[in-house]
Amino acid sequence: MAECGGGDSSTSSHTMDKSITLPPDEIFRNLENAKRFAIDIGGSLTKLAYYSTVQHKVAKVRSFEHHTELYEISVQEEVTARLHFIKFENAYIETCLDFIKDHLVNTETKVIKATGGGAHKFKELIERKLGLKVDKEDEMTCLIKGCNFVLRNIPHEVFVYAKHADSEFRFQTTHPDIFPYLLVNIGSGVSIVKVESEDKFERIGGSSIGGGTFWGLGALLTKTKRFDELLQLASRGQHTNVDMLVKDIYGGSYGSLGLTGDLIASSFGKSATADKEFSKEDMAKSLLHMISNDIGQLACLYAKLHNLSRVYFGGFFIRGHPVTMHTITYSINFFTKGEVQALFLRHEGYLGAIGAFLKGAEEDNPNQYSWGENYAGSSGLMSVSPDMNPLQRARSGTFDMLEMDRLERQLVNLPLLQDSSSYIPDTVDLTEDALAREYWLDCFEEALDGVVKRAIGSQPDIPEVTERAEKFRQKYRNKLQTLRHQPFAYGSLTVRSLLDTREHCLNEFNFPDPYLKIKEKENDMALKYYLKVVKSLEELGWEQRQLALVRGVLAGNVFDWGAKARPWLVDSYDQWLQRLKGPPHKCALFFVDNSGMDIILGVMPFVRELLSRGTEVVLASNSGPALNDVTNGELQILIERIAAMDPVIQAGLMDDRLTLVQSGSSSPCLDLSRLDKVLAMVVRERQTDLIVIEGMGRAIHTNYYATLNCESLKMAVIKNSWLADRLGGKLFSVVFKYEVPAGKLSQNSSALTPS
Amino acid sequence: MAQNGYQHDGTIEDNNEVETPTKQPRSSNEMPGYHLNEPNSEVAEADGRAASDRCTSHSTPRHRHDSVKKTRPPFPWFGMDIGGTLVKLVYFEPRDITAEEEQEEVENLKSIRRYLTSNVAYGKTGIRDVHLELKELTLCGRTGNLHFIRFPTHDLPAFLQMGRNKHFSSLHTTLCATGGGAYKFESDFRTMADLQLHKLDELDCLIRGVLYIDSVVSSGPSECYYFENPTDPDRCVQRPYTLENPYPLLLVNIGSGVSIMAVYSENNYKRVTGTSLGGGTFLGLCCLLTGCSTFEDAIEMASKGESTRVDKLVRDIYGGDYERFGLPGWAVASSFGNMISKEKRESVSKEDLARATLVTITNNIGSITRMCALNEKIERVVFVGNFLRVNTLSMKLLSYAMDYWSKGQLKALFLRHEGYFGAVGALLELLHPS
Repeated sequence: MAECGGGDSSTSSHTMDKSITLPPDEIFRNLENAKRFAIDIGGSLTKLAYYSTVQHKVAKVRSFEHHTELYEISVQEEVTARLHFIKFENAYIETCLDFIKDHLVNTETKVIKATGGGAHKFKELIERKLGLKVDKEDEMTCLIKGCNFVLRNIPHEVFVYAKHADSEFRFQTTHPDIFPYLLVNIGSGVSIVKVESEDKFERIGGSSIGGGTFWGLGALLTKTKRFDELLQLASRGQHTNVDMLVKDIYGGSYGSLGLTGDLIASSFGKSATADKEFSKEDMAKSLLHMISNDIGQLACLYAKLHNLSRVYFGGFFIRGHPVTMHTITYSINFFTKGEVQALFLRHEGYLGAIGAFLKGAEEDNPNQYSWGENYAGSSGLMSVSPDMNPLQRARSGTFDMLEMDRLERQLVNLPLLQDSSSYIPDTVDLTEDALAREYWLDCFEEALDGVVKRAIGSQPDIPEVTERAEKFRQKYRNKLQTLRHQPFAYGSLTVRSLLDTREHCLNEFNFPDPYLKIKEKENDMALKYYLKVVKSLEELGWEQRQLALVRGVLAGNVFDWGAKARPWLVDSYDQWLQRLKGPPHKCALFFVDNSGMDIILGVMPFVRELLSRGTEVVLASNSGPALNDVTNGELQILIERIAAMDPVIQAGLMDDRLTLVQSGSSSPCLDLSRLDKVLAMVVRERQTDLIVIEGMGRAIHTNYYATLNCESLKMAVIKNSWLADRLGGKLFSVVFKYEVPAGKLSQNSSALTPS
Repeated sequence: MAQNGYQHDGTIEDNNEVETPTKQPRSSNEMPGYHLNEPNSEVAEADGRAASDRCTSHSTPRHRHDSVKKTRPPFPWFGMDIGGTLVKLVYFEPRDITAEEEQEEVENLKSIRRYLTSNVAYGKTGIRDVHLELKELTLCGRTGNLHFIRFPTHDLPAFLQMGRNKHFSSLHTTLCATGGGAYKFESDFRTMADLQLHKLDELDCLIRGVLYIDSVVSSGPSECYYFENPTDPDRCVQRPYTLENPYPLLLVNIGSGVSIMAVYSENNYKRVTGTSLGGGTFLGLCCLLTGCSTFEDAIEMASKGESTRVDKLVRDIYGGDYERFGLPGWAVASSFGNMISKEKRESVSKEDLARATLVTITNNIGSITRMCALNEKIERVVFVGNFLRVNTLSMKLLSYAMDYWSKGQLKALFLRHEGYFGAVGALLELLHPS
């Protein structure tokens, strides 16, 4: 929130402050070509959604026919689709509508989809201000559509809440099959909806005791008007002064039924007397418990009746409030004896708006694409700890945003993941590991100067580059700052998410590929040595060569490579060598890493050897740029060049035994659960039986613990002394991890013969 | 004391044995933690041997009535249920006392009998529910009337004081008590009134009491009843119901809190769940919201109020039915939902608030009950507990809710002796230890 609310507007709390100025770059972005508006107006917050197209500068490489330079680099404008969701207090609705009207140009939009209880109330205002026809959509339908969308597209959408744990938020891996689930929406009342597929859902029950009961009854009992204030009262209260507990009746526990003494036997049971005063705090707490327990109990009864184990909670009663998330979690634990977990959603507040938007955008077929959260443009989950940032808790004058980019490729799971529902890409969860978090946040902060310098250096002739680079610096620094206080803001905090956030921020300020020139230089240089390296390798005996090939991959991966003596920090080279003495693999999928030496002098000779053994090779490289990683576009040119020099590679390409695919990613790390659909198809078709992952980002920060259904090789040099220390080694320690899935050992050593 | 009704013949005894449900101790796997009541089970076993003695009919009349004398506990016969809000007391008044007996009867005993039977109110808060009295009841070979008395749990010290003043302890009677208070106040009974409580599990007693009362009430108003046409207010009438072959049934006890039991047979039941939103919540909230102080006042207020001014209905949100989900416009969407508006808070009466509280608590119990019935696949629900006392409103609401939301599948049943079954169960334990 820190980066978008603006300090000045946060002071004007609950008034209809029309004088606030909305910074056009930051709040309703890309209105120029916005279309397909949708609005969800709740009891206190409005959520606006629209679709825009964003022009990006992208660096393209193209092969030169006859030229001294390796390839032609051109920066082109590319148009991508983006979804914008903005949440603000109802008090600002008029200001916002005016702002939108003023900035909306050239839109062919005629209608605005609307949902939520307030849609009716503001219908006339919206139609008058925007000149759009309000088209109402069913609230529940929108909610479910929105829920399906975030579950499918945002990997760390779902979390469990644990008040007393080191990190309050435990993000969950979303099962690839998101259905069936139960959505318990706690608005003024409670709706319990069973969702079985994209279009099939049913309200199986509900309750009239919901958020409105807490608010209404709470207002009567405590004379406190605002919902948030009631929650704050409750968090300070002692319910045992008001509730009759089991021990108040029994003197202790009710042993034969296993009911402990602290259990509430009768909510408000002690207040049945005329001659005693009760504190507001205590009554609010008692009320909160009463309602949360009741909802939890009903949710459990419905979950049991319909045999469902995934239960998501949402609605304004929940909406990021730690107090209610805690009491609901407690209740669910109690009633199911821990069998069902209460699940919450990071973008719960946006579901209605997302759903209404999707209803309106059906002709664009948004569900056929994959979407990714843009960390640069999204505010992340608000701080929910009241002591941490009381201003943010008050939710006044703040604008919260979610931006989703349409990804060029549809992303799917790697078919060879052993268990996609439990796969976690990241090795260390910085949300839970405070020491590691501090280290990496410092690390990224310190590296920021260098990144800015590199960004400026990458566009020497372009005016205003310094200004843009400074904006980038500001934005990324703010993100790091936010993450220090709210590590859970974008799901689990990981080295990967820190790297990705940096890439998103660089893109935001049109630094599409700061390493472009450097990569070209390094590639050019490495190509000159290719034949020499290949020749020297061929002169070695078979066994020596295998080790040299591995060393080559490792050396290419690090600049300051010294001759590291074995045994390495993680060393299963002997098993690998043993394996190589056996029959060749059918097909190897190789996730490549850096440009230059790494790909050309390290990976390609290794690939060449595999091809010579009769193994097909699929080279997977990034779809978009990230650091100095080789992109698919660059790799195509490099392979052409190598093929021109090397008949083995040439033959491989000709016979289709060497294939290039995109990973679908633009990250220095690797999420095997979000890969290009084509890659997954190729992997399946070619019966891939070996996966090679190289480099620190892909094999250490991520996937170090990934278990696969086939043999895998993870190779990296640890280029960070802190991390090396963590793993029990020194700087430049080598990880060579060859793994064979359990049960396939015997098969590999004997039965697998080339056909 | 030694000659309790020995002139009765064995036939009545036998009838009693048949009519009075006796229980086997539940196995420990049915009821985890049952062993915690081990002292009770020991007593039960010891007495159980005596009971089987008593049942044998091969003996001579002389032998037999010796045995009856031996096993029948001395008067007075009480059963007590000490809940979170109310103490329920059942008292058996023998009406077949012979002159000889009368002579032998100690003064204390007489005085207690006279005090209890000649008054309908005790102190400021004790009340005898005269309309519930069961006359001409034969218990353990003795004929008499069963009285139903209640007083607030917070007046228990006064009760103990009275017991002390009347030298209750000199009667050497066993006081069978159930409910949480039997545990909580056990030491008070001992220190203040020199009385030793025989503590009993409240759900055991409740179920035993329900099955017994239902089996013995034959004349007068039917013990079990239901509401016919619950969804049509004009045609909704109370009708007697015969609870023959009652199993399986869902027993919902609404006291301060709520317990829901699935009963499969006399000896086989389990507590399915419970909720803390019960009678205590209704009264507690009413006291806070309206300043009333008694259950009767709260019910009286509720009967005059209008909950729709307090609650937000489906039609308040959707203008009518929410057809997409089959929700009728009159259904409550949000209990107290209208009270988030200052204007509406200022326009509602105390009666409206009391009514809304009643409707909220009652509907919630209905809803949880319905879910339990579905999960347990039970179609008959018996509601008991003192929340239903003088509370036809809630009974009709429950009948309506069961019928409407289950599309006629579920039937809500009620029992006249609402809140006294635990106490009756405790009394039965005194007479026929399980």
